[in-house]
Amino acid sequence: MSSTQPAELAAERPGAIEILKRTLFNPATRQKLLAFASLLALMLFFSVASNNFLQADNMVSILQSTAVNGVLAIACTFVIITGGIDLSVGTLMTFCAVMAGVFLTYWGMPIYVGIVAAIFFGGVCGFTSGVLIAKLKIPPFIATLGMMMLLKGLSLVISGTKPIYFNDTPEFPAISQDSLIGYFIPAAPIPNAVLILFLVAIAAGIVLNKTLLGRYTFALGSNEEAVRLSGVNVDFWKIVVYSLSGAICGIAGLLIASRLNSAQPALGQGYELDAIAAVVIGGTSLSGGTGTILGTIIGAFIMSVLINGLRIMSVAQEWQTVVTGVIIILAVYTDILRRGKS
Amino acid sequence: MVKRTRTLIMALALGATFGFSANAPAQETYIPLISKGFQHQFWQAVKQGAEQAGKDLKVKVSFEGPETEAMVDKQIDMLSAALAKNPKAIGFAALDSKAAIPLLKKAQAAKIPVVAFDSGVDSDIPVTTATTDNKAAAGLAADKMAELIGKAGEVAVVVHDQTSRTGIDRRDGFLDRMKSKYPNIKIVSVQYGGGDHLKSTEITKSILQANPNLKGMFGANEGSAIGVVNGATEMKRKIVIIGYDSGKQQKDAIRSGVMAGAITQNPVGIGYKTVEAAVKALKGEKLPKVIDTGFYWYDKSNIADPKIAAVLYD
Repeated sequence: MSSTQPAELAAERPGAIEILKRTLFNPATRQKLLAFASLLALMLFFSVASNNFLQADNMVSILQSTAVNGVLAIACTFVIITGGIDLSVGTLMTFCAVMAGVFLTYWGMPIYVGIVAAIFFGGVCGFTSGVLIAKLKIPPFIATLGMMMLLKGLSLVISGTKPIYFNDTPEFPAISQDSLIGYFIPAAPIPNAVLILFLVAIAAGIVLNKTLLGRYTFALGSNEEAVRLSGVNVDFWKIVVYSLSGAICGIAGLLIASRLNSAQPALGQGYELDAIAAVVIGGTSLSGGTGTILGTIIGAFIMSVLINGLRIMSVAQEWQTVVTGVIIILAVYTDILRRGKS
Repeated sequence: MVKRTRTLIMALALGATFGFSANAPAQETYIPLISKGFQHQFWQAVKQGAEQAGKDLKVKVSFEGPETEAMVDKQIDMLSAALAKNPKAIGFAALDSKAAIPLLKKAQAAKIPVVAFDSGVDSDIPVTTATTDNKAAAGLAADKMAELIGKAGEVAVVVHDQTSRTGIDRRDGFLDRMKSKYPNIKIVSVQYGGGDHLKSTEITKSILQANPNLKGMFGANEGSAIGVVNGATEMKRKIVIIGYDSGKQQKDAIRSGVMAGAITQNPVGIGYKTVEAAVKALKGEKLPKVIDTGFYWYDKSNIADPKIAAVLYD
């Protein structure tokens, strides 16, 4: 299937009915609807299976447990749409959390410096991956595998293998744990981590669909050679995409550090696979060229609803893992069926 | 469309298979245990003890833990899912003693007693902690080592990590005892292998290579101890090896004489006493701050002793 987004952007402004028609019959939209329907079906199923599932407290737990994976999955979505892969997102997240710890706890800087530092170092590491891939022509899988290990090691070295606690920055846990929404609407104490997830998602959606960067992200994944031949600086845009993805991982690093009130240096490996799974469930193709942020978010929620629901039902842990694997395979299979038809 | 519907039905049917078993026991007292791990044999033994106690005391017990001991946030998700099930009490072995405090406060507010097990929490919320005195246990390992090498010579230690409570306590318990009681024993190296069998093997080989006069080695958990055994076997070196915990490989090594002996905790007892303490707390009984679940020295001579065999696991 070829990319729909650039074609949409290139089209002239159609009438309102035409837009509605095109949206409803657009295969990408159908995939989103299907994913959303699966999410609702899962929630319905768990609500029937256990009285404890559809409780306000548990809904908040699900939202909160999605925040970190959701943000990482958004970072991965950009890279995967270009036809690349980023295995370093998990340990990069940890590295950014550790850097926030270095600035805030070791050096006693004010909180905003720590926030900027985490995102900045995320961007720098993403930039490095981008250069390795675009300029040195190292395949993305290998380049980011190397970065994954390198960053895991660096996090351990910098932190002295001990967790860095944010006890000197009492406002730090508020980034993730407090609830700005709850302050205005006391009935909905949705933690800030979730708010940040949605803000990142909206921003990412705008970048992907409304900007030149977004257009090139899709184009790179559809046909990199054609883009190069049309005179676009492919290497430059690739590096930008990886840098952006890295900076988003920095945000994930802040979220997890703030939630745990500590930077845990040994954490992170394995998180990239959860993020990639969310992206794929959300309908983004690993071969590049298609994908949406909304799909990714829904994918991330499907994963956390599934795991939370199985836990609430007291399904044995061995089986939780089996079911998660089956759902990932089913999700991708339905995607392939859809592709075959369109 | 047909295919899609079919997929959905498949997914729902799959879920329903698991659903029925979960629905039935709604009225029973339910106590979930959130552990530090799951796959490791040690945790399976804790689980076994907890389930036994559940059977004896007629309560429903569940047991969960993250895949690796680094996944602090996953453990917190498990704890919050467990709390959502409105349990009567909860057992918790904290990976990071501080990170879970907000959730534990929530449990406290909901009047759900928390029993800490294996390692403590930096808070007075838990009604009690069921754990091994790791420092004293490693001290006993040091005494046995000293006895076996004639109270003089070079000794090295392979520990699983320098961040976890058990890693720190076992290392310090062993080193402190050597320093205070056996001035003629020299600790030449302390290395960390992450509890990984292969990594600990490589570490052991390099230590043996660097110290030709080494008389003994202590492996501070199952993976480290197996690594020491493998390393010494591969290098064909005869040294005194002391291990920690059990597992099939370690038991075989003790039976065959490659390993002199090991310290065993009582993982089955940890699980059992955690559930027992939770039930006692629900009845309003007073509990001690720490419940020592005990440890034993075992070697070729007593490995088949029923009292020891009962706490060993494969």
